[in-house]
Amino acid sequence: MLKILNLQAGYGNLKVLKNVSMHVARGEIVTIIGANGAGKTTLLSTIAGLLKATAGEIRFEDRNIAALAAQKIPALGCVLVPEGRQIFADLSVEENLILGGHVLRRNGRRELARQLDHQYALFPILNERRHQFAGTLSGGEQQMLAMGRALMSKPSLIMMDEPSTGLAPLIVQDIFNVIVRMRDEGKTVLLVEQNAKAALQVADRGYVLETGKVVLQGRARELLEDVEVKRAYLGKDYGDFYDGRE
Amino acid sequence: MTVELFIQYLFAGITYGAIYAIVGIGFNIIYNTTGIINFAQGEFVMLGGMIAISLMPFLPLSLAIALAVVITMICGALVEMVFIRWLDSPGVLRMIIITIGLSILIREVALHIWGESIRSLPYFVGDEITTVAVLGARISPQVLWVIGVCGLMVLVLSIFFKATSIGRQMRACAANRKAAILCGINTRNMVTLSFMLSAGIGALAGCVMSPITSTEYDIGTGLAIKGFTVAILGGLGNSMAAVGAGLLLGILEAFSISVMPLAFKDAIAITILLMILFVRPHGLFGSSTAAGLKEF
Repeated sequence: MLKILNLQAGYGNLKVLKNVSMHVARGEIVTIIGANGAGKTTLLSTIAGLLKATAGEIRFEDRNIAALAAQKIPALGCVLVPEGRQIFADLSVEENLILGGHVLRRNGRRELARQLDHQYALFPILNERRHQFAGTLSGGEQQMLAMGRALMSKPSLIMMDEPSTGLAPLIVQDIFNVIVRMRDEGKTVLLVEQNAKAALQVADRGYVLETGKVVLQGRARELLEDVEVKRAYLGKDYGDFYDGRE
Repeated sequence: MTVELFIQYLFAGITYGAIYAIVGIGFNIIYNTTGIINFAQGEFVMLGGMIAISLMPFLPLSLAIALAVVITMICGALVEMVFIRWLDSPGVLRMIIITIGLSILIREVALHIWGESIRSLPYFVGDEITTVAVLGARISPQVLWVIGVCGLMVLVLSIFFKATSIGRQMRACAANRKAAILCGINTRNMVTLSFMLSAGIGALAGCVMSPITSTEYDIGTGLAIKGFTVAILGGLGNSMAAVGAGLLLGILEAFSISVMPLAFKDAIAITILLMILFVRPHGLFGSSTAAGLKEF
């Protein structure tokens, strides 16, 4: 579904991604873990078109999208839930969702209404707050709104950048449950997380990114058991003291 | 002060205030989608009036005004496409200097086309001595036209932003440009549209005010300062607050005549602008936290 070949990207003279190659198959949850500054967010921004690749290919359903303008990518079925949620704070919850369904505008009102109902069923809390300003929601609710907004466009691939950052453990659990549910509904998920343990527990496969390169990849279960991953990202050396936290 | 005089001043204040409000809203619309202050905003008002006056010999008044608004909107779109669109993530200062340059350019072009003479559109109803009685005061019907048209514009704009899909997209673009792109919204088109919209409302205001205030190639500068004051006073980016702020400034100016020499009228706006920037930079109706996030 998504194939990335020798991708390079960065900001000005700063090269962040150095020859990243990876793939995501249909129906998978794939996670990318790595320390701060490893290039995880840059990778997702480049796929979403917010940042232009300087070299390499991004093939989404056998089409090279590396040169495509960012606003054209959601219509292909590839959508990003950005880091820090980035909701439209002074618009209502419902307006946020409707804007998420912008790419469906040619399919008529009924389709839009159907998608709205679908998101409200998936996130009942958004239904309760549909007329509230999105900026008044709590962090967890905002994250759900950002996810609901992305799902409105009926994407086949949904990319999520640090969905659990800054949320209470109980809410993190909810978010990850939704991610699993999305996969069960036939979506493909590419998940970037600081919370490596939680991410690897729900993912099928994982990539470990270090200073702009993929240093390790494999089945999520194997990565969870990998000595290097344990030491560097799961904090196992410090015992169970850190369990359930980042 | 007699009641009649009071009402006379009040209406004069509301009339100018309505114009300032429209210019202020124009500032806000562009500020919201681009984050810049378009100092050429006043020039759109001048262009609207001037073009309508030039079209008068060939067309009935209403058509001349409609066409002038459309032409000014095209000018607004061209300005954006030629000078703003191709800039790749420009700085605030650079954009502001570009718009100041633009305002000078448009003014000079207008000087070449229309010369220095003062022109005006005819009164929409009656002539300069026609009046209607309002609570004992004598008011020109044109004053009611200005207030009515400006009020209607505010109403239509607020419906446009609230209830239409394009209005919602423009608000999304204002609230979070990156997220708007991620929703598949073409934000560059929204920016062009915001310039067209600002130019259009400015031009219409320029047409309805022309019979009372007359139109000259350089009225834009003064209006831009007043409009900018109003936009800041209301809280930058808050379109509807500009209405309150505009009326406040207009009424203050009108009543200042009764206690101060006429020559000091324009100083009122500048004084308010400075005071607001020192004391309450987020405006009367804005929140300070939102202002803290603004680049400008």
